[in-house]
This record gives sequence, C-alpha cells and structure tokens, in this order.
Amino acid sequence: MLPRPRNARTDELIFRAGTGAFAILLIGIVLAIGAALVKESRLSIIHFGWSFWQTDVWDPVAGEFGARPFIWGTLYSSVLALLISTPIALGIAIFISELAPASMRRPLVFLTELLAAIPSIVYGLWGIFVLVPAVRQLQIATPEWLRSVPLFSGPPLGVGMLSAALILAIMVIPFSSSVAREVLKAVPQSQREGAYALGATRWEAIRMALFYARTGIVGAIMLGFGRALGETMAVTMVIGNNPQISASLYAPQYTMAAVLANEFAEATNDLYLHALVEIGMVLFIMTLIINVISRMFIWSMGRQTRPRRVPVHAPARSAA
Amino acid sequence: MTRNQWRRAVSHAIIVLCGLSVIIALIPLALVLFYVVAQGITSLNLSFFTEMPKPVGEVGGGMANAMVGSIIVTLLGAMFAIPVGIMSGVYAAEYTGTRMASAVRFAADTLNGVPSIVIGVFIYSIAVLPVRRFSALAGGLALGVMMIPLIMRTTEELLLLVPATLREGALALGATRARAVFTVVVPAALPGILTGILLALARIAGETAPLLFTALNNRFFSTDVRQPISTLTVQVFIYATAPYQDWHRQAWAGALVLVTMVLVCSLLARVATARMEKLQRGA
Amino acid sequence: MKLKLVVMASTLAIVAGCSGGSAPPASEGAGGAAPAAGGGAQINGAGATFPNPIYSKWFAEYNKLHPGVRINYQPLGSGAGIRQLTSRTVFFGASDQPMKDEQLQAAPGRILHFPTVLGAVVPIYNLPEVSQQLKFTGPLLADIVLGKVKKWNDPAIAKLNAGVKLPTTDITFVHRSEGSGTTFIFADYLGKVSPDFKSTVGVDASLKWPVGVGGKGNEGVSGLVQQTPGSLGYVELVYALQNKIAVGSVQNSTAAFVVPSVASVTAAAAGAAANMPPDFRVSITNAPGADAYPIASFTWILLYDDPPDKAQAATMKEFMRWALSDGQKMAPELGYASLPPQVVAMEMKALEQLKVQ
Repeated sequence: MLPRPRNARTDELIFRAGTGAFAILLIGIVLAIGAALVKESRLSIIHFGWSFWQTDVWDPVAGEFGARPFIWGTLYSSVLALLISTPIALGIAIFISELAPASMRRPLVFLTELLAAIPSIVYGLWGIFVLVPAVRQLQIATPEWLRSVPLFSGPPLGVGMLSAALILAIMVIPFSSSVAREVLKAVPQSQREGAYALGATRWEAIRMALFYARTGIVGAIMLGFGRALGETMAVTMVIGNNPQISASLYAPQYTMAAVLANEFAEATNDLYLHALVEIGMVLFIMTLIINVISRMFIWSMGRQTRPRRVPVHAPARSAA
Repeated sequence: MTRNQWRRAVSHAIIVLCGLSVIIALIPLALVLFYVVAQGITSLNLSFFTEMPKPVGEVGGGMANAMVGSIIVTLLGAMFAIPVGIMSGVYAAEYTGTRMASAVRFAADTLNGVPSIVIGVFIYSIAVLPVRRFSALAGGLALGVMMIPLIMRTTEELLLLVPATLREGALALGATRARAVFTVVVPAALPGILTGILLALARIAGETAPLLFTALNNRFFSTDVRQPISTLTVQVFIYATAPYQDWHRQAWAGALVLVTMVLVCSLLARVATARMEKLQRGA
Repeated sequence: MKLKLVVMASTLAIVAGCSGGSAPPASEGAGGAAPAAGGGAQINGAGATFPNPIYSKWFAEYNKLHPGVRINYQPLGSGAGIRQLTSRTVFFGASDQPMKDEQLQAAPGRILHFPTVLGAVVPIYNLPEVSQQLKFTGPLLADIVLGKVKKWNDPAIAKLNAGVKLPTTDITFVHRSEGSGTTFIFADYLGKVSPDFKSTVGVDASLKWPVGVGGKGNEGVSGLVQQTPGSLGYVELVYALQNKIAVGSVQNSTAAFVVPSVASVTAAAAGAAANMPPDFRVSITNAPGADAYPIASFTWILLYDDPPDKAQAATMKEFMRWALSDGQKMAPELGYASLPPQVVAMEMKALEQLKVQ
C-alpha cells in the first residue's frame, strides 16, 4: 500500500492523476479511432474530395463512390427510431420509478432489460420472418389516397425504412429507459414531497422530477441515439439495402453502418476499401456533430439553477 | 371544467399513457422471445451443451466451445472496460465543469455512436495485424472498447446525482478525497452503476461484427487467449446464414442460450443490488 | 464496511461472468499456434462462405483420421479471405473467384490456387400461381436485372414458357446487398451473354444494381424471395435445394435448357478441364457441353508456395491430397459437385510446388 499522503494537496493530486489517467485513455482511444479512420480513407479523400459528401452514386465496379444516400438513410432511420422510442422509453421509466407498486418494479425492470439482452442478429432474423411480412401487409392495406403521399409511396416490399425504424426503436428502448429510470430514481424524495406538499398532481410531481434530472434524461436519449446510429446487423436485414434517397417510409434504403458491414469483407481494391472507411469516417463526424448539438442543448437547459458541484480544493478555475 | 379538474384529468391521462407505453414495449419483446424460444427450444439437449460443432449431415453437435469462449471474451472485455469506465466516470463527475471533464464526456458519447464494425476493424489494425494472429485478447479488447461509454456515462450521471452533503460530510470527517469518493459517494451510486455495467454487458453480448475480425472463431475447443476463440454470436451468425435446416435449429438454440445467459447474469446482479441497497439503508 | 466490500466484490465477479479459461502461453507463428513437432498444430484459414459446409465436413473428418491436426476455417467472405492471406494473419485463404493479377502482385509471396469443389448459381422465383418450372435464357436474365423486362407476363418470358399462365405482377429482383463470390459468378455469366450488362453493370463481387432490393447473404436473398410473391433472385444451388424454392432452368451454350443439379455442374467442369490453365484460374460459366449448366464455378483454396511455417505447410499438403481424393466423395451429398478426374490429376502435380522444407 502507498504511504498515507502527508497533506491534502498531495492526496488531491494523486486522486486527480489516478482517475485522470483513465479519462485520458478514453479520450485517447477515440482520437486513435478518428486518426485511423482518416489514415485508412486518405486515398478516397484525395480522390473524391468534397464530392464524396454530395454524390448519390455508389458503383464499386466503375470506382465511383458517394456517401449521400447513406447519410440520408442513417439520419432518417435513427431520427424516426428516436421519435418512436423516446416517448415509450420515458413512459416506461416514469411508470417504473414513479407509478408502479413496489412489487411490480423488479419484474418490469427485468422485462425491459430482456429487450436489451436479445442479440441484434436475432432481431434481424425475427425482422425478416415476422416484422417484414407484417409491414408488407400494412403496406398492402394502405388506402390508395394515402399511397399517393410521398411518405407512403412505393411498392409493398416489406423491407424498407419503416421496418428499419421499428426495429431500431425496439432495440433502443431498453437503453434509454434504463438510464432514464436510474436517473429518476436518484431524484431526492424530498423534492417530490415538496411538490406534493404544494398541492401538485401526480403528473406535476413527475414533471418536476423530470426537470430536476433533465440533463440525465437527455443523456439517456443521447445514449439511445448513439445506439441507433451504430446499429448494423438488424438494420441491414430489414432495410432493403438500396442506396437511394427517398422520403417514403416504404422504400428500401441504406445506412452507413450497413454498407460498411456488408461490403467491407469483400472489398479488395484499395480505392473501394478507402471509400468504405471514409463512410465510417463520415459516420464518426456525424456522431461528433450530433454530440455538439445536444451539448449546446443541455448547456442552455442547464443555465437555470442546478446545484453545481464545487470541487473542494479547487484552485483558480484556470487550472483545468 | 375547473382548473383543478383539468389538472387531475391530465395527470390521469399521463398515467394511463405511461402504462400503455409499458405494454407497447412488452409486445415486441413477447413476440421476439416467443419466436426465439419456439425455434430454439426443440434443439436444446445435453449434447448441445457438451459437444463441439459437427459438420453438416451428422446428427447432434453442440456449441460447448462457443459458450466457454463467449464467457472468456466477455470477461476480458469487462476487465478492461469496468476500471476505465468507472474511473473516467468518477473523474468527469468530480471535476465537472472543467474542460477535461467535458472532453471526456464528449469522447464517451462519440465512442458510443461508433458502429461495432468500425471498432472491430480498428482493433484489428492495432491488435491483430501487428502480431499477425487473431486472438481472444483482441476480441475482448474490441468488446471492452464498446462497453466503456455506457459504463462511464451512467457512472458519471449517477455520481452527479448523489447529494453533495454525503461527500462533504466524509471530507469534513477528515477523509482524503479518494477515500471520500470511493467509500462514500460511489457506493451510494453503486446500484445505478451496476445497471450501467449490465447494460454494457447486454450491449456487447449480442455483437458479432467486432469479433469477426479480432477473435475470428474456432471449430475446436480452446481457452488460449492468444488464439482464435469460438463465440456464441459468431457461431450463431455462421449457422443462421447457412443453408441447412439442422444448422438453423442449432443457431436458434444458440440464440436462446445467449439470451438466457445474459438474463441469468442480470438476475444475479439485481439480487446482489437489492442486497446492497438493503445494507445501505441499514448501515 | 468489510461486508460491503465483500458484497461489492462478489457482485462484480458475478456480473463479469463466471469461470473463464487460463491462458497457456503460446509463441508467435503466422496464423497458427506453436507447432509441436510433427502435428498438434492449429492451422487457421478464412475465406468464402459458399464452401463452408463441405470444408467443415472435410476438416472434421480429417481431424478424426489425424487427431493432432486441427484446421480451423472461418467463412468471412472471399475478399476478406484474400486480404487476411495477404496480411499473413491466416495460413490459407479460400475464394469463389480467382485472385486478380494486382492482388497476386500485392501479396508478399507467390500464391497458388487449388480448386476444391464446384458450385452453381441458380435463379429462384416466387410465383404461387405457376406450378411448372420456368425456363430462362442468359439474355433474358440480364434484361430482367437491368430493368428492361418489368413484368412476369412480358412476351420475352412468355415466348420461352409456352403454355404457362404467367401473372401480370411486377418482377421484384432480389440481389445480394453485400459483395460476394455468388454475385461474381452470376455477373460473370451475364457479362458473357449480354454485352449490355457488361457495359452497364460490369463484373465484380460488389455491383451497382440498376433495380431491385438487397438481401443479406444467400439466406437473406432466399428468405426475401420466399416472402415476396413475384420476386426473382439468385442463390447458390445448395440454398435452393435445402429450402425447396422454385428454381428455373437456364439455357446453356448449346441452346439446351439445363436444370441446375450436381450432375449438370460436373458436366460444366468436364468441359472446361480440357482448357485448364496451369494456375487453375479459370471461369467456367457458359461452358461448352450439352449437359453443362451454364452458371457454374470452381471454388479455390489459396496457399503460399513458400510459407515460413514448414510444418504447417506439410500438414496442409497432406490434407489437400486427401481432400482431392477421398474428400471428393463427400461432396455430392452436401450439394456440391466433385472435381473431374483430369482436374484432380493436374492439381496433385501442382501440389508439388508447395515447399515443405
């Protein structure tokens, strides 16, 4: 064992250095991944430049590559998944942490986590054999007048954006709801009691708890979004894998993670490989941008009163 | 309608909606589970748990090597990810507001969005290519990297929600910073941190892509971490994408075993958490 | 306090999983375990998914005959197999298409090709109203794939299938979403019979298809076809046979309509044996011969002629001899066609190039 530190300053330093080392490791890993992505896609970056982000063509034989259909597919499917899953995930979190009787709590938590335990390939296979035919029936049953709307146009294939969004939503729900639930649980009971004492209804007390834990809730949603962006297996089995940009929920489309997984193993010439890695880099950059946006969102929320943790031996703020 | 009646009505409506969302989430769960169990239960027998994969046309065969391999690789990943995740989470929570803490948070969120195949290929380039061999270690590393963001973010968020009074009390009693954090603050948030670890385990338990280019797979039984190793997910993937019905059935059985294994770990951890919470309340 | 630590520690132990193996140290070796003198080595290989069933059977049988020999093959895909072989992370590779000249030049050593079995790519379709087996020609398939023939009752199809009542449904073409040897074989054939296809789409493992949806893997394509009425796809023969999907017959170079089967595929190889180049890199699509099925292909195992690990080289050499003789008998029951004897003879001689000292 280390000799007991002589004064508080040393002890603070050891603590900061110790935990900081791991923090630096984490940052280092992310930087290394980013660097590797750039290095392994340099041929494609040099060859295509900015047009890579603007072209719709993906032709391995002709050597023409463009990322736009994949960017579209990834964003569309993930945002849809988030729209579908967030209310449900929050509803589950609220129900379990605020509304359910204690006896129901553990089984419900268990069941929610069961959703996360199912491997993505199982979701994919279930998607092909159960979800896609069901969606196809839904498409066939869509009335004619609705079909003419671009959102619902296209032949009833079953595979397509809707199936992908549904599967992603199902996969994301347990993540968002688990973290949201833990965060809500940590809201001090005194806060709730205060609200009730002031005459709040059930919902109003819950609203207060949501507000108290708001950064945690946004963190939960972000975790779910990250999950949706990176999901590969299940999506590629039900999305139809057609690199086209379409507003229709029924059209087969393609995501960045899916094309990377599908074509990586077979890509043999260097330009092709580098183009694929560049798609990975585009996804990486997109995750960065979404992160920045959500951080600005949290920052503007956090500007209202929120107990700020003051580090005990905080020197002047400049020593970060 | 008076204002109070309106407020109450809204409250009731929200409660109903929350209950509804639970039911909505449980429907696909039931459907998928039912499907997996229906497909897989018939193929589960003793030989499945004790035998190695057999080639097509031969009856029987199992995934014993894959099950052991999955446990080994997951354990390796957890050994890497848990310290890194928790420690960086502690850093970000204790020094929240500094630029470094924001950087770590940002890094974790970014890492969370990286597709599993990119991580697999990255680890391939640093842990497989230089030594020219696939290994269970590389597979564990890939899984560990995927687990880190989930563990780190949940640790951080929950530590931040621990009331400051707890920490200040420990420090007031003369504890060093490290002692205050690790013996008072972290245990207070431990149940939630455990949830984060569980979520991370569940996340990687079903992953195939990061293992394909790192741990490869192995037809034979092996516990050597410097050799390719068989894992349930890759084995299920290979069987499911083959043309033979017999292999399909084994793939479903493997999927069922995988889900069950994650569940059992989750259950055990929940039991331990409950016991911990009881201890906390009593102490 | 102590109790808390114990509880925390045991929880973490439970959570991280039980048991786990120890790690006996192993020394470095290109794609293999420490070779014990004369056997006990594990040889790792990776490559095409198509021959995985027969290879797994072979390696298991060989392991029974020679218990010290463990050959571990993993179906990552033809391209991945070639890449791993070039990087020397595996001892041997396997591919459904022969390596291109640039790939051979990029490798750190000379790579030999050895055909092992034959397979075929077959057109499958889903038309519940049609009970007869449909006939296709190469140019017709190309036109469907290019989007020129859009409906099942198109005159081009009706002409070949007189007497069959074809529905008016649209044709949904199902192709492979990811790159694969299967796609390469199919495209290779279409490129030979349709100059239009060759110039518009081209021949490679990953293509930009003008129309259609992508299924993941052979099973993804067969799954999609089975679920989608009016669809047409292409899969390896084995998948069509195992899943009992409707298979079309294809017109070969002698204008006969040949039903894909193990026998018709072997006939295609026999025709090609006469013109086999010494490095075995040949395409046998649209092969001559009245009984030949036109969309057939070899699949190859790829080996360095002078690998650093000589013990593993010796083991692989013995294995290849066995696979080319006794192993061939196991092929037909698994849905693969065995090699014609002339090709086997040529390969046995070529194996001598593999240096084992």
